[in-house]
Amino acid sequence: MHAVVLLKQILDWELPPSTFRIDPETKRPPDGIGPTLLGPFEQNALELALQLKDAGVVDRITALLAGPADGVDALRKALALRCDEAVHVEVDADDAIDPSQTAELLLAGIRRLEPAELVLAGRQAGDWDHGQVGYLVAERLGRPAVGLVWRAEQRDDGRLLVSRSGNGVDEQLAVRPPAVLTVTSHPSLQLRMGSVMDRMAANRKPITRWTLDELGLSREQLDAARRVEFTEVWVPQVERHCELIEGEDPAEVTAALLGRLEELKLLTRPA
Amino acid sequence: MIVVARWDAASLGAATRELLGAAARLGAALDDEVALVSLGAAGAKAAEEAGCYGAAQVFVVEGDLAASGNEASLAALAELARELGASAVLLPADERSAEIAPRLAERLGGAAVMHATGIDVSEGRVVWTRPVFGGRALAAISAAAEPVVATLRRGAFEAAAATGGPAAAVSTCQVPTVDGAVELIASEAPQAGESLEDAKVIVSGGAGIGNGDGFAELEELARLLGGAVGASLAAVDAGWAPPDRQVGLTGKAVSPDVYFALGISGASQHLAGIGGAKAVVAVNTDPNAPIFSAARLGVVMDCHAFVASMIEQLRGARQ
Repeated sequence: MHAVVLLKQILDWELPPSTFRIDPETKRPPDGIGPTLLGPFEQNALELALQLKDAGVVDRITALLAGPADGVDALRKALALRCDEAVHVEVDADDAIDPSQTAELLLAGIRRLEPAELVLAGRQAGDWDHGQVGYLVAERLGRPAVGLVWRAEQRDDGRLLVSRSGNGVDEQLAVRPPAVLTVTSHPSLQLRMGSVMDRMAANRKPITRWTLDELGLSREQLDAARRVEFTEVWVPQVERHCELIEGEDPAEVTAALLGRLEELKLLTRPA
Repeated sequence: MIVVARWDAASLGAATRELLGAAARLGAALDDEVALVSLGAAGAKAAEEAGCYGAAQVFVVEGDLAASGNEASLAALAELARELGASAVLLPADERSAEIAPRLAERLGGAAVMHATGIDVSEGRVVWTRPVFGGRALAAISAAAEPVVATLRRGAFEAAAATGGPAAAVSTCQVPTVDGAVELIASEAPQAGESLEDAKVIVSGGAGIGNGDGFAELEELARLLGGAVGASLAAVDAGWAPPDRQVGLTGKAVSPDVYFALGISGASQHLAGIGGAKAVVAVNTDPNAPIFSAARLGVVMDCHAFVASMIEQLRGARQ
């Protein structure tokens, strides 16, 4: 089975709030305010693909990314972990914000690749947090999708048996490929490290680059795919003053804390 | 305009009333009626109440919705939205909606807005607010396609008040047949405990709790406070708490009245999940931990001593 993993390189999500800012003109963080990394859920999706390859369910993994030039780092990482192919649809950062446009770009890439029985996406990009791209790709390919998956294996009947959480209920679903899965975080899906040798080898492996033209996508088509307009993006100024509760011993502190919470009408002590 | 009742709603809970509250404001501004859709016959009672909270029409979808994962629910909603010519579909921001909303928007040729925390209408144009970058920024978004399928974050919208209006006209429809590409094999509820999204009080533990036994103490404290137990990524990674309890960017976004952060340092990843809390109470031995800058109230103390003392106080109050 050929699996395509959709990747995204994003601004470090642990960047301290003191450093984080939004350029009101471009409506996004200025380039270079922090390191960029392979997104957290894309790491989970990649790990799930690798586990399926270890299990012999998947025999070939293509890492696909649509985004600006720094996306190469994510693709190198994928190659270092023994993905078979890496494809970069290179676009401006502004073209990869609207989830429908991003889906359109990835879709053009998927259609150009050899047919994939499985597409894996992170449950949401860790920057814009839309949580839509995987599902839009599924709908536009006319394929079933299962979201928030954290485990997958193949059943004897060829279907994939996937585990996911649905409103606090653990579910197991059988999905007939070709299908799209969005992958969520789980302790079992922490991305493996890979070896130094493989990392070095990855630097010599080719990354396929496709432009809009090469994918047969026009500027007009991409603009027409836009579904939302960002009218404004800003960092809310929240003045927080932490009031420290002190006392001679724990009992005095917790009594004072409970009293304060009641005063603030945040807590009603059980009668 | 369609409001989708919470999936498990046997009666109109606060979550659905919040959706109806948002729908009423939106409906008034856009001169649009509100229809409530209840997925599953269990919602029949909720349907009866809906008229009193502003719904003009109620649709109860009957049949086996669970057997195909979310496929049948999705097909049913798409059918109803088309039939009614819905201008917007509002859903609760939960795990099922995470899968349904974008796909529904695509099937209807519209736009999805996920985890909205605000709605403004000016001159007939709707602007949605939602957190981005793990809650470090907010984005104002307007849709370039109709209808809008929006999921609304719990606690962000005022619940509809009872109007004493007439009962809504209730129609039932049968669940549509879907192609069987997805089949539910097993479903198992994880350990009981109030859902994090609904909890008014959350007692959350991090690396500072030190071990799994510490979480048993948190359970007791949460029980006494009538709340739920949450956990940081570090605590889940350590195996002290199950993954479905994780709060943060890679876990759940919560909006309780009080969020006790015990032994949680306050990494951005965690803060991303607690922006909706009315007040954070930080308890940490390190007075310089970043969690204090996100907290309303703070206690510099060992978590175990804190939890033990809290339990004592609350038990004392009960006697």
